[in-house]
Amino acid sequence: MDFIGAYSPDNLRFLMEGLKITLFVAFIAIILSFVIGCIVGTIRYAKVPILSPILMVIVEVLRNLPLLLIILFVQFGLPEIGIKMTITFGAIVALTAFEASMISEIVRAGLTSVPKGQVEAARSSGLTQMQTLWHIVLPQGLRKMVPPLVSQFISLLKDTSLAVIISLAELVHNAQIIMGQNSNYPIPILLLIAVIYFVINYALSLISKRLETKTA
Amino acid sequence: MLDFSILTEYFPLYLEGFLNTIKASVLALIGSFLLGTVIAIFRISGVKLLQWFGTAYVEFIRNIPILIVVLFFSWGLPSIGVKLDGFAAGTLGLTVYTSAFIAEAIRAGIQSVPKGQSEAARSAGMTYIQTMIHVILPQAIKLVIPPLSNQFINLIKNSSVLTIVAGLDLMYFSDKISSETYVIFSTYIFAAMFYLVLTLPMSYGASVLERKWAKNS
Repeated sequence: MDFIGAYSPDNLRFLMEGLKITLFVAFIAIILSFVIGCIVGTIRYAKVPILSPILMVIVEVLRNLPLLLIILFVQFGLPEIGIKMTITFGAIVALTAFEASMISEIVRAGLTSVPKGQVEAARSSGLTQMQTLWHIVLPQGLRKMVPPLVSQFISLLKDTSLAVIISLAELVHNAQIIMGQNSNYPIPILLLIAVIYFVINYALSLISKRLETKTA
Repeated sequence: MLDFSILTEYFPLYLEGFLNTIKASVLALIGSFLLGTVIAIFRISGVKLLQWFGTAYVEFIRNIPILIVVLFFSWGLPSIGVKLDGFAAGTLGLTVYTSAFIAEAIRAGIQSVPKGQSEAARSAGMTYIQTMIHVILPQAIKLVIPPLSNQFINLIKNSSVLTIVAGLDLMYFSDKISSETYVIFSTYIFAAMFYLVLTLPMSYGASVLERKWAKNS
């Protein structure tokens, strides 16, 4: 184990470049999967005809597949039917597809948790379905969604590491390159990137706990 | 669009990967259940040092990618002289990673048993261990089973990281088939079907179980 050699300025700089890609991909995928997840979850909650059952099948399939397979499929399988993407874009698409299906279930569960009486009361006092959703169901449902949503975002950040398989130059990918240079490096480098992930994710989970106590 | 000759021609390879995926998942489930139980007991033991260790273990592992845990076994340990093959390294990584989640599920289950129960058992003369085995754990298990079944589904999906360390799992062989045949789309679709055969019935079962037990309690 060679901590000093492994943590040379060049290596650290290289890891930081990887971290930047990790954070960039995670950030974009979080936003996209949140938006898509909310839309899909709401459609399924409202049981929109035709659309809702189709989405159910897609969500169930995506949720029950390994993300690694989705990443490989998007990157190498889709080009065969004429859909080509850059590595970064492919990673974002695969992550978004997988995480959005997870988030849609969180959103649906959150909305469903709002007592039916609330909806009935709102509707009978003259609110339209949209108004009921917007003013009554969403504000209450959102509160319940915050903790599982944040833990899903943490999962997403961790899951970006799987894009190593399509050689996305993220944190783990760059770490692997450094580890390959010297057989004394793996443990120090793995320890360092583990700590990096831990610090970011633990901070996120602390924020989530804060929000929880605030909204409860 | 789908090339079914891939499925018929390479069925033995798919099957080998499929069985290895099941093997890795089952081994990791057993291992992580045992390890998770120990960590959960550490966390509620009341002994400061054990509690601290248990909490640190769970929080650290839960917040890092599974891939890093697996890489620790496949790159880290060999660098200090402990050699493992891809399957062993991957399965150990899966075990350690999953144990943190299972420890949390078990801890939550145990702590949901009212305190009066253990107080009553202790004052009736049972030892701490006896109280655990005869009074607390049988009640906790009901709350632990649904999250545990979800963890098992996650395990099956997560076992695909074995591919990255050449762990001979379903994804690894699918990758191999696709690089041999250059037919990628179909190869991965069939791989997906193999995964869904495992995970879909299980997640359906898990949600039924969850609803049933939510009603009972």
